[in-house]
Amino acid sequence: MDAEFAIVGGGIVGLSVALGLLDAGRSVVVLDGGAADPKASRGNFGLVWLQGKGVAQPRYARWSKESADLWPAFAAMLQDVSGIDVGLRQTGGLDLHFDEETLAQAVAENECLKAELGSDYPYEVLRPDTLRVEEPEIGPRVVGAILHHGDGDVDPLALLAALSAAVRARGGRVVTGAKVDAIHPKAEGFHLHGDGVDLRAEKLVLAAGLGSAVLGPKLGFVAPLKPERGQLLITEKLPPMIRRPSLIARQDRAGGIQIGATNEDVGMDRRVTLDGMARLAADAVAAYPVLEHAQLLRAWGALRVMAPDGLPIYQESPTHRGAFLVSCHSGVTLAAAHAMRLPAWILQRADAPELEVFGETRFAV
Amino acid sequence: MNRFDLAVVGAGPAGMAAAREAAEAGLCVALVDEQPRVGGQIYRNVERVEAPLAAVLGKEFMSGAGLAKDVQHAGITHLAGFSVLAFEKGKLALGAASGAMRIEAREVLLATGAIERPMPMPGWTLPGVMGAGAAQVMLKQSGLAVENAVLVGSGPLLHLVAVQLTRAGAPPRAIVETRRRGDARRAVMKWRLALRAMPYIKRSLANLTELRNAGVRRYMGSRDVALLGERRVESVVFASGGRRREVPCDVALLHHGVIPHVQASRAAGVSHIWSESQMAYVPECDIWGRTDAPHVWVAGDGAWIGGARVAELSGRIAALGIAHDLGYVRSVERDRRMAAWFEEREFELSLRPLIDRAFPPYEAALTPEDSVAVCRCEEVTAGQVRAAVAAGATNVGDAKVMTRVGMGRCQGRMCFPSVARIVAEARDVPVVDAGQLSARPPIKPVTLGALAQMHYGAGAKEGDAHDD
Amino acid sequence: MKPGLRFKSVVPEGPRVAVTFDGEALMLPEGANLATALMAAGIGSFRQTPFQGVARAPFCMMGVCFDCLLEIDGVAQQSCLIEVRAGMDIRPARQQREGPYESL
Repeated sequence: MDAEFAIVGGGIVGLSVALGLLDAGRSVVVLDGGAADPKASRGNFGLVWLQGKGVAQPRYARWSKESADLWPAFAAMLQDVSGIDVGLRQTGGLDLHFDEETLAQAVAENECLKAELGSDYPYEVLRPDTLRVEEPEIGPRVVGAILHHGDGDVDPLALLAALSAAVRARGGRVVTGAKVDAIHPKAEGFHLHGDGVDLRAEKLVLAAGLGSAVLGPKLGFVAPLKPERGQLLITEKLPPMIRRPSLIARQDRAGGIQIGATNEDVGMDRRVTLDGMARLAADAVAAYPVLEHAQLLRAWGALRVMAPDGLPIYQESPTHRGAFLVSCHSGVTLAAAHAMRLPAWILQRADAPELEVFGETRFAV
Repeated sequence: MNRFDLAVVGAGPAGMAAAREAAEAGLCVALVDEQPRVGGQIYRNVERVEAPLAAVLGKEFMSGAGLAKDVQHAGITHLAGFSVLAFEKGKLALGAASGAMRIEAREVLLATGAIERPMPMPGWTLPGVMGAGAAQVMLKQSGLAVENAVLVGSGPLLHLVAVQLTRAGAPPRAIVETRRRGDARRAVMKWRLALRAMPYIKRSLANLTELRNAGVRRYMGSRDVALLGERRVESVVFASGGRRREVPCDVALLHHGVIPHVQASRAAGVSHIWSESQMAYVPECDIWGRTDAPHVWVAGDGAWIGGARVAELSGRIAALGIAHDLGYVRSVERDRRMAAWFEEREFELSLRPLIDRAFPPYEAALTPEDSVAVCRCEEVTAGQVRAAVAAGATNVGDAKVMTRVGMGRCQGRMCFPSVARIVAEARDVPVVDAGQLSARPPIKPVTLGALAQMHYGAGAKEGDAHDD
Repeated sequence: MKPGLRFKSVVPEGPRVAVTFDGEALMLPEGANLATALMAAGIGSFRQTPFQGVARAPFCMMGVCFDCLLEIDGVAQQSCLIEVRAGMDIRPARQQREGPYESL
């Protein structure tokens, strides 16, 4: 055996789980994908986000909240172990609205979550006058906003680098350029093959993003994962002008304004489009008129990893014990829970979190 | 929406010649260039240059005036000051300080020219350190010869710039040549080639004589070159002839060859291959300049470094190829007119290996030492790129997300060649195995306001109802 | 400011027009290359780098490197690709140094 655990997928999800398993004293090898893989962790927006999540499934709202609460300790631990500050800010986040109708709908959803979570769901509706005190650069076309005080963001690339460094520092192995093509279940565990991969492990965590949709069914998972393209933009570095992240824009530590994101069903196409960029720019300028003269430096497309109901999947294989599927589209928000809480579930300890509702039985028809 | 048969991107010799040739054949042509005037870099400002500056720049430079005049044609719309932001199925998005717009074109010819091969070395980010081409731009466009310069590197351009500065009354302090005397001798030993290239060799020797007569000192075989200074460059230090030397200066002009400027062709989806002889990625194309991206063609130094004459010829060849494909010119006519251009282009290109051998790049600037910044925008050093490889980066894309190298304003134009070599060397693999940086729109930065206008424009036109 | 570069001019002196650079009035040759004209007027630093905060000045002069970047009439542009026009409002580009700015 090369390791107790093989983690297939070296993105934010796989590395977070790996780090947690290392903390639990297990030996871990992480297999990052090949150069052509879509790698959602390299393209995301970096939000640690709660508002609006779990309207249809309160357990998701609580699980996200649990992770957000763990984030400060998680970020501190990452800094300790890796030396990298991931730039966590949890000072609230905004959902901006250009018309009353969508605002009213968002308020209704938030009310629904508040009813479920109570004081664990600290949100308020800001009208233009108060909104502009909180966020001076908001423009006149914004009619209102939801401010959730638990929302925030991190530097997503710093997070990826910190996780990778922390896994190595804790004694894990991260193999890059290692694309797993085949997983052979053996009596004593799993034998993984692929380009640059020949590895045996007792147990396996499948955290390969969209790759899990290909590898999963061979291990008895449903893994009904579909790509959803998000195009994102980043501007030149600018003086501080956006205080809290919103679903439209956030300002990173170096001053760049990151603008997101489209939701497109275009298969595995990661290209950016003129129409996509133009629409994002239009929304950003409408929300923050000061951005009119800001220069767009780069645009990219990334693929969200979506289950049909948008919820995470946590499932042990019904046919191959010791194989676990971990998948979600909010790898940043859930990173802390994946590192600090999920290992207990994978290791089937008494303190395992209750994750039954995220199992694949929900996909049975 | 403006509709054209052909959009030519870049108004240097290839673009100007192609635009004229296509317009003559009856095509409706847009000539897009980010400068206010045609000429590209080689013939920058040629329309406005008069004596005595014309004498300083020389006959070859002034030969571009004809091409510039040719662009004044009823079939050519010169879109000056516009850079191409994106290509999309028959459309080009263009950006300028004043805003953005879309044009339609049935075919696109990329004639984006060359950039100087980046030359990262200690001190190269100091104010006062510039490309040798920069000194030419200042001379061509403003008639200003920079004084108290030291030229550093390798290449015929280095001598030409020195001669032009000398003629303008500002002879450089020295030329710190990184090639060895033997490089030129070895090149000339290909005597058949040398014989054919005699006019070039003669001109080159005449330049050297002119420099010698002006007392410009040349240090051959220079190594360990560094640029020193507190707030700006104050001197160039190097080892030559077994001695450590230091030459004070106000400006250091770097050059070790040119490479195709492929940002646009890469963003247009053209395949690029590594050329060992050009030591650069070049777009794949056929003899006409047709690429594997539908309706996208390339010509000039942006396709293959061959110099101004080759660029002009390949522009004409591509234009006729395009005119033929669009049905404006019959095959017989095309092939008849092509023959002489092909022949001359082949001849000119056959001389190229001589220059490549005589003026090899400065090795130490291909894979610089750890402390040197390779990414001028995000200030990432060669050492950081090597550390990324040690931490698992297998290609330039990995290095980019791990270090921010190539994420700045220039979008990797200035650092990619170095990063690819550093990653390849650190992994001990061929440079192609280090991969290429992704090239996505916008090809040049653009304001969000300009893009937003494009959204509302498109929305109004297409009756597109968005949620705003 | 110590003049960075010295030049020998090969062309006759043409008309000059008024522009402002960082709020100061400057007379520059009309139609000249803006980056060159500013260097000839003694401007030695065009921008500060975002992380180390050190000075940069034009490097490539061909629209590739962005070290000549300035904000001209409100928009960040490569000054090496621009000709001098009367009344230009020229400033250093809006950039800032690295470091988390004060959050809420």
